[in-house]
Amino acid sequence: MGRIQDAFDRADREGRAALVIYLCAGDPGLDTTVELVVAAAEAGADIIELGVPFSDPTADGPAIQRAAGRALSSGTTLAGVLGAVRAIRARVETPIVLFGYYNPVLRYGETRLAERAAAAGVDGLLVVDLPADACGPLRDAAIANGLDYVPLLAPTSDASRVALAGRVATAFVYYVSMTGVTGTKVHDLEAAAARAGTLQHTLGLPLALGFGIQTREDVAAAARHVRGVVVGSAVVRAIEQAGSPAGAVAAVRTLVRDLAAGTAR
Amino acid sequence: MSAEPTEPGRFGPYGGRYVAETLMPALAELTAAYGEARADPSFQAELDALLADYVGRPTPLYYAARLSAEVGLSVWLKREDLCHTGAHKINNTIGQVLLARRMGKRRIIAETGAGQHGVATATACALMGLPCEVFMGAEDIRRQAPNVRRMELLGATVHAVQSGSRTLKDAMNEALRDWVTHVDTTHYCVGSTAGPHPYPTLVRDLQAVIGKEARAQALRQIGRLPAAAVACVGGGSNAMGLFSGFLDDADVKLFGVEAAGDGLETGHHAAPLNAGSVGVLHGSLSYLLQNDDGQVLEAHSISAGLDYPGVGPQHAQLHDTGRARYGAVTDAQAIAAFQQLCRTEGILAALESSHAVAYLPELAEQLPAEAPVVVCLSGRGDKDLDSILAYLDAHPGSRR
Repeated sequence: MGRIQDAFDRADREGRAALVIYLCAGDPGLDTTVELVVAAAEAGADIIELGVPFSDPTADGPAIQRAAGRALSSGTTLAGVLGAVRAIRARVETPIVLFGYYNPVLRYGETRLAERAAAAGVDGLLVVDLPADACGPLRDAAIANGLDYVPLLAPTSDASRVALAGRVATAFVYYVSMTGVTGTKVHDLEAAAARAGTLQHTLGLPLALGFGIQTREDVAAAARHVRGVVVGSAVVRAIEQAGSPAGAVAAVRTLVRDLAAGTAR
Repeated sequence: MSAEPTEPGRFGPYGGRYVAETLMPALAELTAAYGEARADPSFQAELDALLADYVGRPTPLYYAARLSAEVGLSVWLKREDLCHTGAHKINNTIGQVLLARRMGKRRIIAETGAGQHGVATATACALMGLPCEVFMGAEDIRRQAPNVRRMELLGATVHAVQSGSRTLKDAMNEALRDWVTHVDTTHYCVGSTAGPHPYPTLVRDLQAVIGKEARAQALRQIGRLPAAAVACVGGGSNAMGLFSGFLDDADVKLFGVEAAGDGLETGHHAAPLNAGSVGVLHGSLSYLLQNDDGQVLEAHSISAGLDYPGVGPQHAQLHDTGRARYGAVTDAQAIAAFQQLCRTEGILAALESSHAVAYLPELAEQLPAEAPVVVCLSGRGDKDLDSILAYLDAHPGSRR
């Protein structure tokens, strides 16, 4: 059993949802990313989604687009991100899911990525623009190297796509709360979380609800229905507004501690 | 060779659907709706009637005698520049907006580079009474100001895209973000043979009227099939439209012309088939301009409609199999060809189309003297006058 499933099980035993924190690797630099992940883990993040920056992030809103731009400007590469994961692993055991777009993965090589990510201490892979229909080679490579593979579902997914995601997932499914890009306020989070809860029951797998969850109150609303709650753009904005690496680490520590207080069921 | 994808949405290894999960059901819905429409004679009849009476089809196949004498080939221009709105783009938008209306969509969005596809979408939406929003890079808005005014007069809202290189690639990113947000009510009218399945097939089929007409006109007017068919390639829709008429005619050589910008050797170009590599951009696997880390590079071309780092997946297949050959011409060559066509034939071609004309001297080296060649003159150049005059002022030696 992997670290990701352990994290969900531990949160369950503690009567709460697992808090999943998204950070864009390399924003503002990879050295800072290591400190940010460690701070988030110490402040109560159960799982880290480490974003691999891409030049054309079509599923992301302005906050994560700007973060990816800063990360690429600072020279961040996929190989560099794996180096940061090694540095993180020397300090904390919090599971890490690499979260990115397909072209950098394809360019690096799917098998090569799975091998090197596993060796660096990555626990799972999630590729936003690689639908479950086409994930075969990457998923096979992930499993062969002991990594989890995380598919996505959306409000538009019909029963056949839910079933497909259920077959592809090895640890959990990422559920997009709304039709939209990251960082948009959800119109009716309570309804989205309830829908996600029903879906989680159907799947028989932990489901992490993401997109538009920004505050402790949002986390609390989601935690009543699903086993995982993802906060991304709010964390990225806190880093952006902090103005310095040390300030960003302090801001993330404060924000994650606050969000973690909302995870109780 | 079959013109159809080898598996649904694939052209050899290329194509496919690489998009956010949210969009997958919409792509399946569009594919199914298109299949039903294609099988419905009333849909085709309505499309044909609009193409004839509103767009002005068939467009002429015109023998360019004075240009022919200069380049040493028999040059036949397929006059898509004479379509309503001044470019081939409207063949696609009339079909897609008809389809969207049939699907019950209440809103149309589009990306545009040169503005020709934006104008064509805004026109089709005005014709059919649907609201239209167009995403256009801020740099292209600067380069193609007249088309922005035209879209606004046609009732469309134009959104200036400020991200990335602020050109066509970024406009398409932003259109995808809008679509993922409003997917239930909105049809995304993609302007080229790029994007996720079914767009490369859908757009090609709607543009196939170019090649179908050109083939029949060649047989009637030249008395034989042409030795070659030539078109510029950005995303590749006018080229795919022309080529699809001749794919099964093995004796007709097919040539696509990419934008070499400042020159392939400078790295400042928009020629993924000549100088790119395989990857995924905007939902399909094809050739694209990218760095070693899989980040997409900015394209460079004086022609806004060719200023795109990707290319449609069927062109990638035709390139690999050798059925079509892809050359590239520089900004300077395109400007020279633009002036040559003005001077010899009295035609102001779009900068995009001028790339196809600029390839004729190279083609003359490969073909017998006086060989008949069909060139897709995909659009008119009025929108480009500011760019061209600015180029000529900056490069006085290039004035002919």
